[in-house]
Amino acid sequence: MTRRGALLFVLFVAALLAVPLVADRYVVSVLTTVLWFAYVGQAWNVMMGFSGLLSLGHALYVGLGAYVSAALFVHFGIGPWLGLWAAMAVAVAAGAFIGFLGFRFGVRGVHFALLTIAFAEVARIAFDHLAWTGGSGGFFIPVDAAGGDDLLNLRGSPTLFYYVALGLTLGALALARVLLHSRLGYRWLAVREDAEAAEAVGVNLFAARMWAVMVSAALTAVGGVFQAFYFNTLFPEQVFAMGRSIEIILPAIVGGIGTLFGPILGAFILTPLGEGLTHAIALTGVDVPGLKLLFYGTALVVIVVFLPDGVWPWLAARLRLTRRPGEDDPS
Amino acid sequence: MPLDVYLNIVASGLLTGLVYGLAALGLSVIFGVVRVVNFAHGEMMVAGMYGAVLLFAAFGLDPVLSAPLVAAVLFAFGYALQRGLVNRFVERPEHMQFILLLGVATILLNALLMIFGPDSRGVHVDYAFDAVEIGPLMLDAVRVHAGIGAVVVAAALFAFFRYSRTGKAIRACADNPLGARVVGLNLDGLYAFTFGIGAAVVGIAGTLMTLIVEVRPQAAPEYTLLSFIIVIVGGLGSLPGALLGGVLIGVTEALAGFLLVPSMKTLVSYAVLILILLLRPQGLLGRRS
Repeated sequence: MTRRGALLFVLFVAALLAVPLVADRYVVSVLTTVLWFAYVGQAWNVMMGFSGLLSLGHALYVGLGAYVSAALFVHFGIGPWLGLWAAMAVAVAAGAFIGFLGFRFGVRGVHFALLTIAFAEVARIAFDHLAWTGGSGGFFIPVDAAGGDDLLNLRGSPTLFYYVALGLTLGALALARVLLHSRLGYRWLAVREDAEAAEAVGVNLFAARMWAVMVSAALTAVGGVFQAFYFNTLFPEQVFAMGRSIEIILPAIVGGIGTLFGPILGAFILTPLGEGLTHAIALTGVDVPGLKLLFYGTALVVIVVFLPDGVWPWLAARLRLTRRPGEDDPS
Repeated sequence: MPLDVYLNIVASGLLTGLVYGLAALGLSVIFGVVRVVNFAHGEMMVAGMYGAVLLFAAFGLDPVLSAPLVAAVLFAFGYALQRGLVNRFVERPEHMQFILLLGVATILLNALLMIFGPDSRGVHVDYAFDAVEIGPLMLDAVRVHAGIGAVVVAAALFAFFRYSRTGKAIRACADNPLGARVVGLNLDGLYAFTFGIGAAVVGIAGTLMTLIVEVRPQAAPEYTLLSFIIVIVGGLGSLPGALLGGVLIGVTEALAGFLLVPSMKTLVSYAVLILILLLRPQGLLGRRS
């Protein structure tokens, strides 16, 4: 990162910190969504961007995180900061199982992606029939109207959730940066670029890939915990839907797969665009169910055709934010 | 429980499975030659289903008869898609191709949703409630029509690849793209042709499917997944494997729908997929790479 880039980043964080002081509830809630997608996109990026493993079933980890923490809270009164560890453990176990199935038996590329979708679908059907968490009728976390801000139980105002989301996003960014410059991170990049060559120089492919899945699953599950306590309602048809998995991967793809700032930029582009579109549709008064997703689909095609590396590498080169654009400094 | 009941369930699952297999055949053809996974496969199938529904509503045309028309339209669509968009992605990394087709699938699905709305529509042929009796079997006439249609189209497809010059040229491209180019084959053209054939085949599977189930746009991703599962279960790149996988999944689904809660029957397909990945990762008829 250049000095200019670092300065802009500090300004960016300062602006985000100041937002709730000046903006109204609506802006804060939209930005919370932006930050959530930036966070989960970063988590997905660990698998796809760093290690080249295409997962199209990340809704599975979000959903597991959400359901586990919500069930612990509702049934046993265990708060989200404790429940989050259980949520991560369950998601890691699920990720490890999928990874084991895939990597042991040479299920690669698109077929691995299919396997991830299959498991998300299995979870959707299973939670539809699981009476303990409300089945297809939905699972609800009681809202304590009088409570005020309670960080310990993650109950409170939109501003509280905004700052938690901001903390998660910046934390994931820092963690991703540390991971990328660790031994593990270099192994991931080697596996991503050329698995055979990496194996030849002694990288354990299976272990590197398993770590990627498990780290990604754990991070994503935390996003699920946040979602559960922010929205207070969970429906299997929404939480585990394939459309959800696609929404999760879009910011990273649009922003730039494998870059640290790509998922954040992508979320800042897509969510406001989607919101604007929703408003524009509402203003015209026509209720067309598929229009928003039609727009997302078109965005996907346009991006992958014209900016296959994403918006961030292109923008960073334009603004001279990174040291050597196109070279090995993905920050 | 009398044996006859089970025989009937297996037979009707087999007939549905043949149509599933035909849909998967389209996916297998495209993947085997162009090396691109058509993530918009279920959407193309649903487009074919709506084609049959529209032709039935407008002219009372039986889906078996509307199949060639729908096939022609989808062939043109597949050809144009490969020529205009997918072809420039053939050399790109796998995940890029996947994302591109995911985008195409999302556009198609939501376009269908906007045009036709979320409600189910069906085709009501006059033999809808007839039955065909063969010994102890009592089969729905519509299923028999659909199953026979699927077998005829699959046989035609096998014959095309085995005996026609174009079919042989396409197989050459699949075996060795570079060699095919060296002997003067037009790879881009043949790829587009193949994508067209795959789209036409799944379109026909869609029209036949309207005999058995009603159509709604939201079912499209399920059909995509179903085709993927069948192709993996049957063995990648194996055309007979796709048909066999289709029949296997069809029969398992029918039995599961009878023995379990109907809404859990897709769970069984995933269980079959996971079992196959564990025990025979190359698929039933696939070769180990």
